[in-house]
Amino acid sequence: MFMLEKAMVGGRRYWIWVGALLAVIAIAFGFYLHQLSYGLGLTGMSRDVSWGLYIGQFTFMVGVAASAVMVVLPYYLHSHKEFARMTILGEFLAVASVTMCMLFVMIDMGKPMRLFNIFLYPQFHSVMFWDVVALSGYLVLNITITLVTLHAEQQDVHPPGWIKLVILLSIPWAISIHTVTGFLYAGLPGRMAWRTAIMAPRFLASAFAAGPALLILLCFLLRRQTGFDVGRKAIHGLAVIVTYAMVINVFFIAMEFFTAMYSRVPGLTEDFQDLYLGTVSHTSLLPWGRSSMILMAAALVLLLVPALRRNEKTLAVACALVFSSLWIDKGVCMVVGGFIPSPLGTATRYVPTVPEVIITLGVWAVGALMVTVFYKIALSVEIAKETSYVPAYEFARTGGAIGLQAHASSSVVAPGSSATGQAKEEVSERGKQE
Amino acid sequence: MKITRKEFLKISGACLVALSGKNVLAVLDSPVKSQTSSPSARKQLGMIVDTRKCAKAKGCTKCIEACNKAHNVPSFQDPAHQIKWIWERPFVDLFSSYETQYMETSLKEESTPVLCNHCDNPPCVRVCPTGATWKREEDGIVMMDWHRCIGCRYCMAACPYGARSFNWVDPRPHIENLNPDFPTRTRGVVEKCTFCSERLVKGQLPACVEVCPEKALVFGDLNDPKSEIRQMLAKDYTLRRRPELGTGPNVFYLV
Repeated sequence: MFMLEKAMVGGRRYWIWVGALLAVIAIAFGFYLHQLSYGLGLTGMSRDVSWGLYIGQFTFMVGVAASAVMVVLPYYLHSHKEFARMTILGEFLAVASVTMCMLFVMIDMGKPMRLFNIFLYPQFHSVMFWDVVALSGYLVLNITITLVTLHAEQQDVHPPGWIKLVILLSIPWAISIHTVTGFLYAGLPGRMAWRTAIMAPRFLASAFAAGPALLILLCFLLRRQTGFDVGRKAIHGLAVIVTYAMVINVFFIAMEFFTAMYSRVPGLTEDFQDLYLGTVSHTSLLPWGRSSMILMAAALVLLLVPALRRNEKTLAVACALVFSSLWIDKGVCMVVGGFIPSPLGTATRYVPTVPEVIITLGVWAVGALMVTVFYKIALSVEIAKETSYVPAYEFARTGGAIGLQAHASSSVVAPGSSATGQAKEEVSERGKQE
Repeated sequence: MKITRKEFLKISGACLVALSGKNVLAVLDSPVKSQTSSPSARKQLGMIVDTRKCAKAKGCTKCIEACNKAHNVPSFQDPAHQIKWIWERPFVDLFSSYETQYMETSLKEESTPVLCNHCDNPPCVRVCPTGATWKREEDGIVMMDWHRCIGCRYCMAACPYGARSFNWVDPRPHIENLNPDFPTRTRGVVEKCTFCSERLVKGQLPACVEVCPEKALVFGDLNDPKSEIRQMLAKDYTLRRRPELGTGPNVFYLV
């Protein structure tokens, strides 16, 4: 069912990794149960800073989820064949990150058992209602797309025609999830740091940098661990996307900085002073804000110099910098910064507690586990086709176990070997159906 | 699969039009239901805080104590977990734009009652995903249903006045004198001042208004031109907290 059996076969390293993730999830779940019985007082959040790490991570992961569109759009709308092997990876990453988003929202709720009140008493004027609709819809779309295309590939047939409509719908839908998440913040009258029309565009720009950067890193990791190569052109194409998005993101930040610092309206400047200048209140945000800026600048240098961007080693460093700087920017600074100062002018310190961090890591482990399992399935389907002399239908019966085991020992297909090259052409058929 | 950019744009355009139907636009535009239909027929309860009278009784916290007792408001040492329905803050924290560097510290620090403004157009109600907080049609009170609240705290982010508190832990062990006539809350829900809706049905004034020795709190119907509160508002300049946000706060400060 759902080809999950393919994830049940693997080498020693695979199982150690899966086991480690499960252990983290189990520990985090224990802490979560404690939070459930004790209350959210277990976290560092307070009356003044009433959202923290959880909602920050949620916001960041919405971006990672939305960024799948950066491989789907060039591939399906512009027939950008290089992305053939990467598209399924991007879609699976979206499924895992939307799931993480939902988990982050759930662990942040005071009464998670009442979750369904959102659907029992839908409030059409609440942006949060629309965010839930957008995210669940996006999850359904991406699960459908990945299952159907992968299944067709496994059976060596063309995917059914209707899936194209679903894929087309998923493109504006991806934009919508992060736009609505931007509205979640930008629509609040009293929070000056958030109430900016550039919030949603800035969210999208940072998402389209951070998400593809993560995808590049995952592709490098996959090649190293399994020999599965998405191709140099695909990586390079994605690196260009990361570069553009990162430049636009930094440009947007500069726009906000200018508007605040030149107009000198206190409500606007406070956020920047707190995050980057440290001239007002001493909350714990300054080191975060500054390190985010420095990492962003370093990432830009590595991305903008063509020679460094084309070099895979420096590109990997650049991607790690992009991801971590934007994780800090959105996952820590943006949300917490919006609560400083409070409506009554206090700058309350927010420091996440150890249980809060462990529970957060638990959700990340769930995401990592999902990506591991999904990629294992996707790769076993794709690799089964390229390494095997057994007809595809036979593979369907054996669950592709032969190909899998070969790759679990990670030595059969060397990166960029002719086998992978052939498979690349085969896979890119997906783009030319009809 | 082949689709031209033009076709894609057509499809997305159609989707947009479908999305931005009349209802969505209406939702974006209309404030809150009670505002749209004949406001004069309904009440809008409001309050005046006469800060000059309040300042006469230095160190008096009777209104706060009465409220906490009436509503089983727990007391926490840790400021992060505090629950506040009505509380006091230095005047400049409420009205920072009126602060000047030449003011005497005593004036700046003058402690002033803070409570929910029961706004005409409450952002907390607009953002709540379950309708657990709503503006009551008959008297304009912003109400709270502690049984429906899912504890997402979006209302706390939305309130520009910091009037909402979340039960970060179980409040019951922290209630000093339990009032059996009023419900206690559970951990994980948001709460705030309700203008003593439970006392109003019995024909009583809000607890804070009733207990104030200086009669510094004046409560009444803002839609009734003959009410005491309206007479006072007609004669004097009053301040409201952050009126520029368009929330229409209904607590007025006489300075």
